[in-house]
Amino acid sequence: MTEVLAARARQVIRSGDGKAGIDCEKQSVAGSVSQRACTFCGSRVVLYPIADAVHLVHGPIGCAVYTWDIRGALSSGPELHRLSFSTDLRERHVVFGGERQLEDSLNELIERHHPAAAFVYATCIVGVIGDDVSAICRVVSAKYGIPVIPVQSEGFAGSKKQGYDAACEALMTLIGTGDTAGVGKHTVNLLGDFNLAGEIWIITEYLRRMGVEVVANLTGDGRVADIQRAHGAALNLVQCSGSTTKLAMQMQAKYGIPFKKVSYFGIDDMAGALYAVAEHFKDPEMLARTRELVSEEIAEILPVVEECRRDLEGKRAAIYVGGAFKAISLVKALRLLGMTTVLAGSQTGTPEDYEYLTDLCDAGTVIVDDSNPAELSAFLSEGKADLFIGGVKERPLAYKLGVAFCDHNHERKLPLEGFIGMANFAREVRASVCSPVWQFAPRHQPAIKEV
Amino acid sequence: MSITELPKALADQSKVPSSTETKSSSTTNACRMCMPLGACLAYVGFEGTVPFLHGSQGCATYIRRYLISHFSEPMDIASSSVGEAATVFGGEENLRVGVANVSRVYKPLMIGLASTCLTETIGEDVPGMITRIKDPETGLRAETGQATPELVFAPTPSFAGTHADGYHAAVTAVVKELAEVGEETESVNLFPGIVSTADLRHLSEIVAGYGLPHALIPDYSERLDGVTVARYEKLPGGGTTATAVAGSGRALASITLGGMVTPGVDLAGEVLQEQFGVEHLRMPLPIGIRLVDTFTDRLTELSGQPMPHWLDAERGRLVDAYIDGHKYAADRTAIVYGDEDLVVGVTAFLSEIGIRTLLVASGGRSGQLAAEIAKLTPARAADIEVLDDGDFHEIEARAAELKPDLLIGHSKGYATSRRLGIPLIRVGLPIHDRVGAQRLRHLGYRGTQDLFDRVINTLIQVRQDESAVGYAYM
Repeated sequence: MTEVLAARARQVIRSGDGKAGIDCEKQSVAGSVSQRACTFCGSRVVLYPIADAVHLVHGPIGCAVYTWDIRGALSSGPELHRLSFSTDLRERHVVFGGERQLEDSLNELIERHHPAAAFVYATCIVGVIGDDVSAICRVVSAKYGIPVIPVQSEGFAGSKKQGYDAACEALMTLIGTGDTAGVGKHTVNLLGDFNLAGEIWIITEYLRRMGVEVVANLTGDGRVADIQRAHGAALNLVQCSGSTTKLAMQMQAKYGIPFKKVSYFGIDDMAGALYAVAEHFKDPEMLARTRELVSEEIAEILPVVEECRRDLEGKRAAIYVGGAFKAISLVKALRLLGMTTVLAGSQTGTPEDYEYLTDLCDAGTVIVDDSNPAELSAFLSEGKADLFIGGVKERPLAYKLGVAFCDHNHERKLPLEGFIGMANFAREVRASVCSPVWQFAPRHQPAIKEV
Repeated sequence: MSITELPKALADQSKVPSSTETKSSSTTNACRMCMPLGACLAYVGFEGTVPFLHGSQGCATYIRRYLISHFSEPMDIASSSVGEAATVFGGEENLRVGVANVSRVYKPLMIGLASTCLTETIGEDVPGMITRIKDPETGLRAETGQATPELVFAPTPSFAGTHADGYHAAVTAVVKELAEVGEETESVNLFPGIVSTADLRHLSEIVAGYGLPHALIPDYSERLDGVTVARYEKLPGGGTTATAVAGSGRALASITLGGMVTPGVDLAGEVLQEQFGVEHLRMPLPIGIRLVDTFTDRLTELSGQPMPHWLDAERGRLVDAYIDGHKYAADRTAIVYGDEDLVVGVTAFLSEIGIRTLLVASGGRSGQLAAEIAKLTPARAADIEVLDDGDFHEIEARAAELKPDLLIGHSKGYATSRRLGIPLIRVGLPIHDRVGAQRLRHLGYRGTQDLFDRVINTLIQVRQDESAVGYAYM
């Protein structure tokens, strides 16, 4: 057993132990080596895929360096988002202020790249040195006639979640500024899908087959002009609920657009998402088309899932991802592969998500919020996990212990959404779990008995 | 079908050096990392040490992610998780709680503290906080009953320098804290700089080959290139011991490899010379025969021993390899970019195999790069463009004009390599798109041999792929 810090004691629970719900939505405990990043990270994640905008990080170089082209948010056209722009503040700016540097940088980058908009991300020191980012943005916006939007993403302002909120606020300033003429009746916006490995194109194609048109992608393969007319859509579909539920709520309040929280991971949730759309539009023909689509797609991937299941039946999985809503889909998808979940955790889950997750998981499953390497590695060992699902920071923990790994974060190169995504997920999990290399890992050698 | 292929046109040397062009205000695709990253990397090279950043949570996590992607090893970095209230009222409580929590969970021998942009800007007095943590009456021990590990601190705001500066600031902080005076020993301090884990192991092997007792400061070769285990080790073994650092003050001499830092950052070797009278020599990273010879000559001087036979044999084989491969290098050109220390060594190496470096670029700003290049390649210095404090916007623009045969640098140049169709030979840090970054060798005759083979084989492969004939022999 690992020692969980006293300050974190209520952020770890076990399914079925009858105790009160998990503690979450808290600032990370100092010295806990949290896997979380910061407010800036949250904003950057949400806005990053808008491909025809300049994303200028206002601050010293680090924040821009570590977010340069590290996410597989694909674009079907411009790729400005894959460049890392920074005002690269130096000591003199810290002393005398960075406003001039920001203005010069914006002028230079807008003239160089002719973007449809510019986002300016405030990093930790910007507020401290007293830069009026909004004022500079207004000046530059007036000069070039494009939206120049400040993002209040100072790292210290909270966790990733506050960054999501800041990004949603920035998006709200764009939404409603475009012409909605020609936006049809059966239309949606896709919120919280970042088009990793081209996933949003898979979902868009499903919707097209159902007779539903997408107005704006928020934000995968996103375009400024589309976002500006997003208020014309009839429905918002919210996929990564942690990041964009707030945006959906704001759009509902301001423009009366209803929203549905959906997940595109796994067969059940993917089908559920499409049916939810069809039901919303109350169009019997659309519902019939949806049924046909779902049965066709499932028929196509089921053999793959069944084949993988034969090799994976009875194996044990651990999950630690960004949001708990995704963890719910993963638990279900793993069940489809015959696997049980011994650990389900996330960086920024909400009380509702955790509650659902706790009910969903088998008794004894560890549910954890804002965990760290010391805890996660102990949970992996205690739960005798055969597979760990997470991101780059979780990968070495798994490998060090001789545990298979599936990347379900923004670095993934294989689409995991949609029905085809379930087949990819099954193959990816099998590829790692069933690799012959584990035979050499100390954990799997009978000579070494764990105590 | 032509049977002979003409070599590519040689790059036009009359082009205006980039330094005369207008410098951009903004930075696009930086060619450097931040100071705290370097500090964390250095701290990991000391036994039982947990790096700890005093700042917002994101810095630690971003840096972990970045280094994990390079080393494929767990990289635990603690953070004081400074939030809004701490930014306004000060982060002392966060730092103190953080140190207590790290001490409890990791039971470290040392916590390597480093500041960030935020905590430097709000004027946090970390040394004062450390003093209060260590206070026997009111400190952490009195409060929690548990022993407090050694605490060291390096100021590392990103706006003041690069990752290389952060690395040296941390090494110097540890040496200042732990080095002891005493009777001079036979031991040599070797400050290796930011090199691969394979390089670190090889450096130790070379120095040991001269029978020299030595301290490699720091040494992350075990922690960042570890073995698979049955039970997770929160603090894996390895790293320079506190005893070894203590002994650095009594050493016979210090050698700093590279050590090009932004003015204002002290090197540990300089501090040992000034405060402990330990003779200090700074030399370029030993890449290429001449620079490795400089290093090994110094080891002979210090040890009184000739070059060990196995090393002499490696040198001999390298000369043999140079001769075997020299024709493929002739008239070829390269752009070298990355850490200042590394690009200097690589450029010197290229010059001795007949490859002309057209541009040497770095995000570093020691101000010494042009002079170092000129010193090591006097005959060609006028022809080599030098770009310091540069970014990939500038590097790519120059590469598009200069049309070199090779790019040599870390993996962040891949986009440029792909857009321009110029092969990239990956060296240094970070390498995020290949396995084995930690195993890449650059130093010594052996590292040079690896580098030489990769360079020549890349050139051969390009020729082979372009060839209408498809020669299956050399």
